[in-house]
Amino acid sequence: MIPVLLILIPLITGLALFATGAGRARTGSLVSSILTLVVSIAGLTVFKAVRYLKYDGSWMTSIGSRFRVELDGMGQVLCLLTAISFPLIFVSTYKNEYKNGNRFYALMMLSQAGLMGVFLAKDALLFYFFWELALIPVYFLCSIWGGERRIPVTFKFFIYTFVGSLLMLIVIIYLYFQAGQSFSIESFYALQLPHQTQSWLFWLFFAAFAVKMPIFPFHTWQPDTYEQSPTAVTMVLSGIMVKMGVFGVIRWVVPVLPVGAYLWGDTVTTLAIIGMVYASLLAFQQNDLKRLIAYSSIAHIGLMCVAIFATTKSGMQGVMIQMFNHGINIIGLWIVVNAIEQKLGTRKLSELGGLAQQAPQLAILLVVVALANISLPLTNGFVGEFLMFNGVLSSEATHYNVWFTVIAGLTIILSAVYTLYMIQKVFYGNTNALTVSATDISLNVKVALVVIVLLILAGGIFPKPMLAITNELSDAILNRMNVKSLF
Amino acid sequence: MNAILFSAVWGVVMMFCGAFVNKAATVRNAAVTGLVLLIILNIAELYGFRLMRVDTHGMLAFNSFTLVFNTVAFVSTLVYFFLSAKDMERVGVNLAEYFALIFFVLSGVAISSSFNSLMMLFLGIEIISIPLYILTGSDKKNLNSNEASLKYFLMGSFSTGIMLMGIALIYGATGTFSLERMTTVLSPGLNPLLIAGFLLLVISMSFKVSAAPFHFWTPDVYDGAPTVFTSFMATIVKVAAFAAFLRLFTGTNVEVPAQIKIIIALITAATLFIGNITAVFQQSVKRMLAYSSIAQAGFMCFALFGFNDFAKEGLLLYSAAYSLATIGVFAVLIKMKDFTFEGFNGLASYQPLLAATNTIFLLSLAGIPLTAGFMAKFYMLASAIKSGAYMWLIILAVLCAAVSVYYYFRVIQAMYFRESKEPQALSVSPAFKWGLIVIAAAVVFLGLFPQWLFAKLYF
Repeated sequence: MIPVLLILIPLITGLALFATGAGRARTGSLVSSILTLVVSIAGLTVFKAVRYLKYDGSWMTSIGSRFRVELDGMGQVLCLLTAISFPLIFVSTYKNEYKNGNRFYALMMLSQAGLMGVFLAKDALLFYFFWELALIPVYFLCSIWGGERRIPVTFKFFIYTFVGSLLMLIVIIYLYFQAGQSFSIESFYALQLPHQTQSWLFWLFFAAFAVKMPIFPFHTWQPDTYEQSPTAVTMVLSGIMVKMGVFGVIRWVVPVLPVGAYLWGDTVTTLAIIGMVYASLLAFQQNDLKRLIAYSSIAHIGLMCVAIFATTKSGMQGVMIQMFNHGINIIGLWIVVNAIEQKLGTRKLSELGGLAQQAPQLAILLVVVALANISLPLTNGFVGEFLMFNGVLSSEATHYNVWFTVIAGLTIILSAVYTLYMIQKVFYGNTNALTVSATDISLNVKVALVVIVLLILAGGIFPKPMLAITNELSDAILNRMNVKSLF
Repeated sequence: MNAILFSAVWGVVMMFCGAFVNKAATVRNAAVTGLVLLIILNIAELYGFRLMRVDTHGMLAFNSFTLVFNTVAFVSTLVYFFLSAKDMERVGVNLAEYFALIFFVLSGVAISSSFNSLMMLFLGIEIISIPLYILTGSDKKNLNSNEASLKYFLMGSFSTGIMLMGIALIYGATGTFSLERMTTVLSPGLNPLLIAGFLLLVISMSFKVSAAPFHFWTPDVYDGAPTVFTSFMATIVKVAAFAAFLRLFTGTNVEVPAQIKIIIALITAATLFIGNITAVFQQSVKRMLAYSSIAQAGFMCFALFGFNDFAKEGLLLYSAAYSLATIGVFAVLIKMKDFTFEGFNGLASYQPLLAATNTIFLLSLAGIPLTAGFMAKFYMLASAIKSGAYMWLIILAVLCAAVSVYYYFRVIQAMYFRESKEPQALSVSPAFKWGLIVIAAAVVFLGLFPQWLFAKLYF
């Protein structure tokens, strides 16, 4: 029952909000998202027996697609992330004003429903439905409430992801017939496709997720979209939506096409590493806070991709944990950006400075989030990245594990450089005419940031619960991925 | 059989109606009543009720696919009547004649979806075409309409000639017009006469469904014809031609020669490519829809490859999804004063309901999940993938589907994201709005539960 509630609560709220006023929509969406969070936590604690975590209903009987949702280890982590993120987003942007606010909140809730569905679906066609359901509301959100260049930029984003999705659809249909007209994930896992087939199917399948993550060279939509979207939507995009890509690769690509993943692992890893270094260097050059964080996100996601293809236990668990941690950290960064932008009306590094004197609380909270972004020990970022690097270094799926580790490791240093540079530019130095008028953060932002800081510390000091949740699933996936003996 | 008889009779009734009735509302009601009766009779035939026993000597064959397809076509027409019948009055004074011609077209639709003899195919296609030539030119004082009509007539006559030649060659090769008997007559191996005949038939049918490279008449005719009739031509008539096309291939048990298959693959590829790419460059939404109908025809061509259940069910679903969405888009378009993309600017702010339903139709045409258009495309792709050939064509098709997003979303962008300088006052009745809501609901419903449409196919 839990998974159905996780989808239905935001879906129904979303549809209902179209009919209400703007003020009520704001509270309504907050209440609904907190309710979802409660359900999600209940699924982890009180109702964790398997029978509560599954639902299987008949749907398109003529083609054998079923409405099958299930909360497994990785699903729990990501649903929790989605469930936590939305209240945080709503709280921290509580004071933002939107024209036709009820539609804004309604679309946000619909995208939450889509995201939940993506993480829960165990039926390929259902997965595809939710995959698109998450995208469409975001398209409207960015295009209506975004920045100046919103229409072309969002459109580019849409086309990129849509092409990816359609290629994925071909693979899903192909696998459907191979699996004897069944869309269930088990029947996909049971396939033993010839090597050559896996090899070409891999790219069609991987393309959808590579665009979403994004992996170099499919990343060009991302900085523009992050920059032009309203910040609340950017949080959804970078905090949760990019995880759809990583998640999809782990759940659908590598276990279904293990040989394809093995054959192309080095290529994908190389692309990801190029992207990491390239994005880190670009992040350093940015003047706009949003673009800087956008490039930083590309670098972090790239590492997750590398760790997946390393095919080690440590790497796989690292990815699953880091998906959660990265979501929390980057939402923290966006909250700060939103607070600054709402207050001062600019995001340009060159126009900011000396904010620490005016807003000491914001500065302290930001520094903690930023340290987590450079994955300092005791923060959650450290746990995930350490596990991933450990996994990549000890990888047996590639001959170049040492090289990959070293070059990818460089990006940690680069990440420290640009993150600290940003803090220095924004918070230290002298105040200027603009920033002298700044005041410290309001209560709602403070609450959101404090929660995030607590999550960061909790994840950094006591990661054991997360490791326990993801343990079983990562073993299962690695079992399927272990194809080296075939060669 | 019910449908063929009744629609022909009611066509005549409508003509008399024009002579004796002056009030437009009465004419309209008569037409709607006739159509509802037609639908009921057609569905009744599914349950074994026949108006009269007619021995067609095997020239027509009615199976559940035919009848379900007819139902889809007639229901689409009913929806079309509800939304656009009032706009027909603005075309000219001969309202009853327009309805009469439409009923004759429906009679042709019913013949061409159930033919079993090539003669009947020819008759059906002609009965569809001739009223259309008249409808295209019905805006008598408009030069564009006249030009479109003449062009359509000339090109249509050529293609009819080609079709007759094809039928003659096939007759020469097999000695029969009957699709079923062809099976027994045919000896294995290639027969040049047969291949040539088949090729000519494929060409003329491609013309009727406006598949490239035989599509050149489409944009001009669709653009020149009064918009209400363009809506009819682009939807019901087109899918009927497709049903005939599909039957041509599946009615026989003869394996379609590989040479014909590759030609159809090339036609499909060209249709998809030309339709989509050209649509991108249009400035008028009406012309864009003409090219979009070519592009959608490219997708429907996929039904001609796979001779499996997915192809049949897919064509049914595609007919319903495409017709409903296109009728909806056209119904909104007719209300607009300016047919360019800019004409739609800011529609969402002064007509939110029109914009919202129009968005659902456009999303369906673009093939976004949760709409019938997605499931239709899904079935087409599934049928092609199941038949196992032409992976390049499938990849081309999805890339073209992505291109189609560009021009469909331009309308959405105009409606939602751009401001209009001077909001146009549209006169829209509540009934019209309810009509749009019902179609939009149907589009979403078919997107979630497509099997509902096929339930009657197997019992």
